Amino acid sequence: MNESEWRPRRPTRRQILETAAALAVLGYTRPSFAAEGNPATPPLPPTDLAIADVPVRLTVNGTAQNLTLDTRTTLLDMLREHLGLTGSKKGCDHGQCGACTVLVDGRRINSCLSLAAMHDGDSVTTIEGLADGDRLHPLQAAFVEHDGFQCGYCTPGQICSAAGMLNEHKAGWPSVVTEDLAAHAELSDPEIRERMSGNICRCSAYPNIVAAIRDAAGETL
Amino acid sequence: MKAFTYERADSVADAARAVADKPGAKFIAGGTNLLDLMKLEVETPTHLVDVNRLPLAAIEDTSDGGLRVGALVRNSDLAADPRVRKNYAVLSRALLAGASGQLRNKATTAGNLLQRTRCYYFYDTSKPCNKREPGSGCSAIAGFNRIHAIVGASDDCIATHPSDMAVAMQALDAKVETAMPDGSAQTIPFADFYRLPGDTPQIETALKPGQIITAVTLPPPPRGTQIYRKVRDRASYAFALVSVAAIVETAGGKIRAARFAFGGIAPRPWRVAGAEHPLEGSTPSEAAFARAGDAVVSGGRGYGHNDFKLPLVKRTLTAVLTAAARAA
Repeated sequence: MNESEWRPRRPTRRQILETAAALAVLGYTRPSFAAEGNPATPPLPPTDLAIADVPVRLTVNGTAQNLTLDTRTTLLDMLREHLGLTGSKKGCDHGQCGACTVLVDGRRINSCLSLAAMHDGDSVTTIEGLADGDRLHPLQAAFVEHDGFQCGYCTPGQICSAAGMLNEHKAGWPSVVTEDLAAHAELSDPEIRERMSGNICRCSAYPNIVAAIRDAAGETL
Repeated sequence: MKAFTYERADSVADAARAVADKPGAKFIAGGTNLLDLMKLEVETPTHLVDVNRLPLAAIEDTSDGGLRVGALVRNSDLAADPRVRKNYAVLSRALLAGASGQLRNKATTAGNLLQRTRCYYFYDTSKPCNKREPGSGCSAIAGFNRIHAIVGASDDCIATHPSDMAVAMQALDAKVETAMPDGSAQTIPFADFYRLPGDTPQIETALKPGQIITAVTLPPPPRGTQIYRKVRDRASYAFALVSVAAIVETAGGKIRAARFAFGGIAPRPWRVAGAEHPLEGSTPSEAAFARAGDAVVSGGRGYGHNDFKLPLVKRTLTAVLTAAARAA
């Protein structure tokens, strides 16, 4: 086999990245694992023996969940390790990077800094729950359109955060760069940047992330 | 994370008693700071009392024309409240200058007041720290201390209080409403709420075991211009190196009253009455503002990496007072 014969069959770096990025935008999940529900064994070895479990009932992406969890389980670990929803990412695990951002009752929070038990009765939306069937959420479509990522790891958090942020802006919330606190600030690029400062992108795709959010903000969300 | 048991409190009295009765018990509300510290085993509570269901999430007008902010009001809701934006802009600005959108959605008013220092050595369990482990020593005094205190510190601890919100509340003369485990209520003026480290840096507030914050009350809106300015290493999502909450009232080209509290420079929001009073009745001038800045850090000192904060306090105050006098 000479080089010219096999080369076309080999995926380019670009194709691999595009596939990875598409999975990031959609929030890759393993349905078979998700269907198994709550695994009996905790996924990570605890640093101390569990002394208490707690029942947690909540809704995740429209589906009711009934779990029994070690009290230490964060909302993020519940989503990833117990429900198989691995779209929400564990970056820093300390609320500094924003990769774990999800919507709880429509509000964006860092799921790594919240106990699952504190969300009994809540409704959680993750990146896996944003699209309407095969129809991408406008923010997902805008991130694809504007190439708002490189490695894609921060993307689910960026998109969930942007969804929450646009709700906050729509509700008239000001930001620290809002000139007139009494006014409903226009969503300028400095406003978008300030309001999204809780989401770090180590590939530094910020210009395209801002462009994607600016674009999606024009649509009805 | 160390193992702990967990309960949800249904009433303020139950919550207070649950924490008072169990050694090692703690309240959890937003949890954004407590869980951060629990993951590092800086905090190792054996029992958590979840207070998120308590009816303390309202912002209400008080009979004297002020505002009563429930302990569970989220930072983002407080910052966005129309009354706060209109009448207590310094508080809204301070809240918006802190943390990120996600954290403000979770962090509560009481939790913000009770958050712990971000001193690197407090967070690093491999290093001595008198606040984390009393008697073990302070690693910051001769260590990396760029973010540390220049006033109010002691030979045992030079950590700063990280809150922006508390700085604005200090300038506004807020009061902290609490409930005791026996059901009685106690109101603590902001000036008495935080303790200086002395030789017990592990004790940070006037709260007793089980005593729970129920609200923060703000007096009627102050007259004058309100400004919050935060100087930090990056433009967003960073703690203050120096911050100032200022409320300045002018009349006839003269300063009628000036109040200012500082963040990032002390173990608590820092306010010096002796710096404010000489400005009353004075004509705004750079020299007068500089004298006020000197009075703010009077008796203070740098520890090497944070020496820059001494002149930065003066410059930030001068800039803010100049802007306030001009705006009036």
